[in-house]
Amino acid sequence: MGDLILNTPILEQTKSEIDSALIDAGVTAVLLIDSAGNIIASCGDRSQEIDTTALAALAAANFGATSQIAKLIGEEDFSLLFHKGKKENIHFARIGNDLILITIFNDEVSLGLVRLRISQLSETIKKLFEEKESGS
Amino acid sequence: MALIDLSKREIHCKIVYYGPGRCGKTTNLLYIYNAMQSNVRGKLLTIETKGDRTLFFDLLPIHLGKVQGFNIRIQLYTVPGQTIYEATRRLVLKGVDGLVFVADSLRVRRAKNIESMEDLKKNLRTYNLDIKDLPIVLQYNKRDLVKSPIPTLSVEELNQDLNQELKTVAFEACATQGIGVFETLKEISKRTIKYVTAKNLLGASRISMKSNHMARP
Ligand SMILES: Nc1nc2c(ncn2[C@@H]2O[C@H](COP(=O)(O)OP(=O)(O)OP(=O)(O)O)[C@@H](O)[C@H]2O)c(=O)[nH]1
Ligand SMILES: [Mg+2]
Repeated sequence: MGDLILNTPILEQTKSEIDSALIDAGVTAVLLIDSAGNIIASCGDRSQEIDTTALAALAAANFGATSQIAKLIGEEDFSLLFHKGKKENIHFARIGNDLILITIFNDEVSLGLVRLRISQLSETIKKLFEEKESGS
Repeated sequence: MALIDLSKREIHCKIVYYGPGRCGKTTNLLYIYNAMQSNVRGKLLTIETKGDRTLFFDLLPIHLGKVQGFNIRIQLYTVPGQTIYEATRRLVLKGVDGLVFVADSLRVRRAKNIESMEDLKKNLRTYNLDIKDLPIVLQYNKRDLVKSPIPTLSVEELNQDLNQELKTVAFEACATQGIGVFETLKEISKRTIKYVTAKNLLGASRISMKSNHMARP
């Protein structure tokens, strides 16, 4: 696994894609992290209040644990995880091998919409980072 | 797998404290957490079972000031040392950039130290990493017990068991009192930053660690 080198254009573009796909739809916080638990981008007002470093570390480890569980039961991988709370919900989606998208939203936004937007956004982000790989 | 953010000029690296159960990994992080000023370290996250055994990992984010114009952010992780948590240790190693192997000086833990070192090598191999390619330093902990009646291992014995192949630097420490803790951290940070910058050609061959956050209080 190589190191991830990010420059301003790709970061700005990633953030603006996240904003238009999710934040504008009413989602309160979105984090894009790598599978080692590093934060690549954080968006939305709520992301200022949350301990995003701990969240990223736990999410990465949690995702790792879940893929081990998947293997134990003969499933290739779970590409997404969803936890529903009383007020807040959190959705984790794997993008390619090395990225995880974390979305936090409340009941004012519909799960269906969030899911749809996440799956479209995942494709966009995947392409962005693949282009970066091949471009450099 | 370091993250290098050219827009904010930040480098994020991951350093993992590895070693057998009860050798003092969490104690190292606790000491660092308590000794560093709050503006240069984040919150300490620990996930423990009942009692004080690490169940998943501990995490302490620290900020080491600037090297070559880059802000250095390091995440210190510990693994759960108990043998049964092998799968968890492997998860925590994902994307590691530097390693501290903490060994227990208690003679009764001799086999556990060796077993843990073998386990580390094996787990690194699952990520196609060779222990000799990564920055690593050793810490021989609990040296305070050498003076006690409890049987302990000599530094020569520890070197023989753990450092024959690696031939890296080994620090004697007493993590409960903070002895050797910052020496270990400083050395592994320096090596890790050098490794990450050299690997990514950030032209930091003349790296100097003048960060004053690392001074012992
Ligand atoms: N005498 C002495 N005791 C120590 C020293 N360092 C740690 N200990 C004690 O050893 C015990 C285990 O320390 P931890 O830091 O929890 O060990 P750990 O490596 O995190 O253990 P796991 O989480 O199970 O992997 C604690 O009771 C510590 O107080 C030391 O330098 N000297
Ligand atoms: Mg521990």
